[in-house]
Amino acid sequence: MTGWEPVIGLEVHTELKTQTKMFCGCAVAYGDPPNTHTCPVCLAHPGALPVVNQRAVEYATRIALALGCTIRPRNVFHRKNYFYPDLPKAYQISQYDEPLAVDGVFEYWVGEERLTCRINRVHMEEDAAKLVHAGESGRIDGSDYSVVDFNRGGTPLVEIVTEPDIPSPEAAGELLRQLRTLIIELEVSDCVMEEGQVRWDANISVRPAGADELGTRTELKNMNSFRFLQQALESEIPRQIAVLEAGEEVEQETLHFDPETGSTSPLRSKEEAHDYRYFPEPDLVPLEMDPVWVEEVAAALPELPAARIARFREQYGLSRYDAFVLGHARPLAVFYEEAASSGVDPKPLANWTMGAYLAHVKEAGLEPGEGFITPARLAALVAMIAAGAVSGSAAKEVFARMVEEKAEPAEIVERHGLGQISDDAVLEATVATVLEDNPDEVAAYRGGKTKLLGFFVGQVMKETRGRADAKRVGALLREALGEDDT
Amino acid sequence: MSDLDPLRLTALEAKRLLVEGEASAAELTSAYLRQIDAVERRVGAYVQVCADDAARYAARIDSEMTASRGALAGLPTAIKDNMLTLGVTSTAGSRILRNYSPVYTATAVRKLFDEHIVMLGKTNLDEFAMGSSTENSAFHTTRNPWDLGTVPGGSSGGSAAAVAAGEALWALGSDTGGSIRQPASLCGVVGMKPTYGAVSRYGLIAFASSLDQIGPLTRSVGDAALLLRHIVGGDSSDSTSVELPSRIELPSAERLDGLRVGVPREYLQAGIEEGVRRRFDETIALLEELGAGVEELSLPHTEYALAAYYLIAPAEASANLARFDGVRYGYRAPDCADLGEMYERTRGEGFGPEVKRRILIGTYALSSGYYDAYYGQAQRVRRLVKDDFDKSFAAVDLIVSPTSPTVAFGVGSRIDDPLAMYMSDVCTIPANLAGLPAISLPCGLSDGLPVGFQLIGPAFSENAILAAAHALERAIGFDPAPTFRGGETVEATTEATS
Repeated sequence: MTGWEPVIGLEVHTELKTQTKMFCGCAVAYGDPPNTHTCPVCLAHPGALPVVNQRAVEYATRIALALGCTIRPRNVFHRKNYFYPDLPKAYQISQYDEPLAVDGVFEYWVGEERLTCRINRVHMEEDAAKLVHAGESGRIDGSDYSVVDFNRGGTPLVEIVTEPDIPSPEAAGELLRQLRTLIIELEVSDCVMEEGQVRWDANISVRPAGADELGTRTELKNMNSFRFLQQALESEIPRQIAVLEAGEEVEQETLHFDPETGSTSPLRSKEEAHDYRYFPEPDLVPLEMDPVWVEEVAAALPELPAARIARFREQYGLSRYDAFVLGHARPLAVFYEEAASSGVDPKPLANWTMGAYLAHVKEAGLEPGEGFITPARLAALVAMIAAGAVSGSAAKEVFARMVEEKAEPAEIVERHGLGQISDDAVLEATVATVLEDNPDEVAAYRGGKTKLLGFFVGQVMKETRGRADAKRVGALLREALGEDDT
Repeated sequence: MSDLDPLRLTALEAKRLLVEGEASAAELTSAYLRQIDAVERRVGAYVQVCADDAARYAARIDSEMTASRGALAGLPTAIKDNMLTLGVTSTAGSRILRNYSPVYTATAVRKLFDEHIVMLGKTNLDEFAMGSSTENSAFHTTRNPWDLGTVPGGSSGGSAAAVAAGEALWALGSDTGGSIRQPASLCGVVGMKPTYGAVSRYGLIAFASSLDQIGPLTRSVGDAALLLRHIVGGDSSDSTSVELPSRIELPSAERLDGLRVGVPREYLQAGIEEGVRRRFDETIALLEELGAGVEELSLPHTEYALAAYYLIAPAEASANLARFDGVRYGYRAPDCADLGEMYERTRGEGFGPEVKRRILIGTYALSSGYYDAYYGQAQRVRRLVKDDFDKSFAAVDLIVSPTSPTVAFGVGSRIDDPLAMYMSDVCTIPANLAGLPAISLPCGLSDGLPVGFQLIGPAFSENAILAAAHALERAIGFDPAPTFRGGETVEATTEATS
């Protein structure tokens, strides 16, 4: 596989959470009985005409601006023609060569590496209805009959098209995760994957490493799982490399990924590709984008993850990676900033937030900010460590007990006697006991295995249930072991 | 009232009779229903007559609506059957919609209902308004009341014939390339296509979205103004609709002093019949007598307009008619094995030959690799046609021409020659491409058949057009009562349901 590099591009579709559909007044709703949110427009009755949902335009503009795109002053809707029962007009109103916005860029992180992906365009369109096929196959071929639920039909969709800038399946997965986070933060879509509120197509090609030209690409359509996308790409890349290494050519085709087998198979080839016969939608007038309005939308955007991450590095002196982990998604960022506002040292706070706290919310199935551990409580614990009231290692137990007993850190320390022991008299007694109990190790230490100091510290901590001031214990141990030597 | 003459009564006069209590809505409606009884079997103007509902509603207007009558209360009206009427089958003259019962009413029709018109029925048309003779109706061919062996024109031939034959006081039609003006011309009535966007298209079964406009077919220019006044206006359901800059006035002009009128020489080269030319020249002379200055001008891209139209209209139609797929409403072919067969047979059996021809032309014109040469080029020609008008309207107020190059032609005489049929609209199509308002009014007879005179104005010049047409109408003094010569019972080829 060496000598080849994959090139990946993505098309991301996001349903907008407007109150009404893209071109009619029907509610956008999930989970309601079939065909309860329909009207002549979204059922494509004769004579019905579309009217653009201004809120959808605003939401789409928010996304485009957050991706650094240029909003085009005039944009046009087109008809994309094809027959299918989930498309009642037999054309989808979409945008084609005059989209809402072009030329953006998205920054994302893969581990500690910051990558950028150029955004080709952002455009608006409408979603199709939902088909349900009766019968075993679950597909239209071979089903006894099929029914259509038009509730989803006409839901506003934004399509984001990237340039083929993505270097690996892992990067594709990370980009999608972080883009989804961004869209949620813009409050334009909930991006619930199970509801299909966000879905994507990927196109993938391989080329000799370092080459400029792109290879022939294949497409993976309509995926809504990060894991499946990554698996599909991971199986498709070696397939293409094998084809090329055998001296053959990759065929441009659309592929279907089967999660059961973990492999891809052709859905339709270029020869069978649709001719969508795009032409400007004559029922709608071109959208003239008022630059003042666009400015207002831009000004009202919340702080975006990239800016927030940069600010975290600066303001809190965090490493790039820590700033990313804490800053890329709003809920955790808000939690961290609120805790930091109490004035505790931001670095240990960052470690506690990313460590014990994040592990806790994940395990409990909570969103950051939910549950008993408020920013103030975590900050209080970190402050107690800094003040020497509790040792770093005992603090872990304190944290666990705070979650369990729903009590303030000071109260836990009090209740369970977890306060730090700094009294030399107490510590010296424990040190003496530990050395007495481990004569072999003492001999070894004295014979030169000074690394055993850590072992002794550990034993003392164990004896004190982590409460001992570890630094002081080390000093006392060295003293005791040295003293005996003379 | 037995002295109501449905062949000559104008809506303005009928309104006066009703307002002054000289006639009741029931009397007026029954006069038209009687005329329908008398001549409809020979004319075939309607797809469906709503006699009982009309009579009942007229009686209600008389008994219940004494204080709060709408401006058009009790006026018996015919509606072209490509406009949706809630609960009343609306077919667009097609087998694919023969049982289609709309779930809403078209905005233009609703506005008339709001003024309490009485709907007499739904009129015949070429299927999906595609045609110039009503011979493309899936149900029957409407006959011209002047000569029952000839066509009434189309596609609003049913509405034009209904008004001419006294089967309606007035009617609504729709005009995509001349579909109001050409049948008005052939039937000796007034027909007006408003500026594109002046009337909402919501609920008009679309043929070509960028060209379609609803407008009036009436017995007088004043009636056209009255009906137009009540259907215009911006509609939040139609993004292409606009509010007119000023209210439609009832015309009263008698003289046309100072009016500058242009005659495009290209329109007179388009195979105009001798008799039509003679009536046209006489009408030009009348214009001059009324004080207008007439000059020749050139609209150089006219010769390409027809070709551009027959790409743009079919292209839009190919998409507009794609929704008739048998899935949600309308005809569905029975016993299909799979989805592909359902689509093919539903549309194969549901559409007539002219509709299929245009869907195929339009699909081809939009195909990858052909788009630029056909649809793209046609749009560029459209722009040039519009520019021609814009330049001309710097020099003249109105442009005039014959409405149709010929008088009514024989039933069956052109049906196998689509190109000859398309030529019927050569003088009317440019106004649709440019989105301009235009009217046709009768200017006399040739061989006993009406000749139409067309006036085209700049966008939103409806009042200027109506004023000039009104003065001209007075000067012409055309008697609108048709002769009903020849003819036999109209046979339905397919039964429309009601």
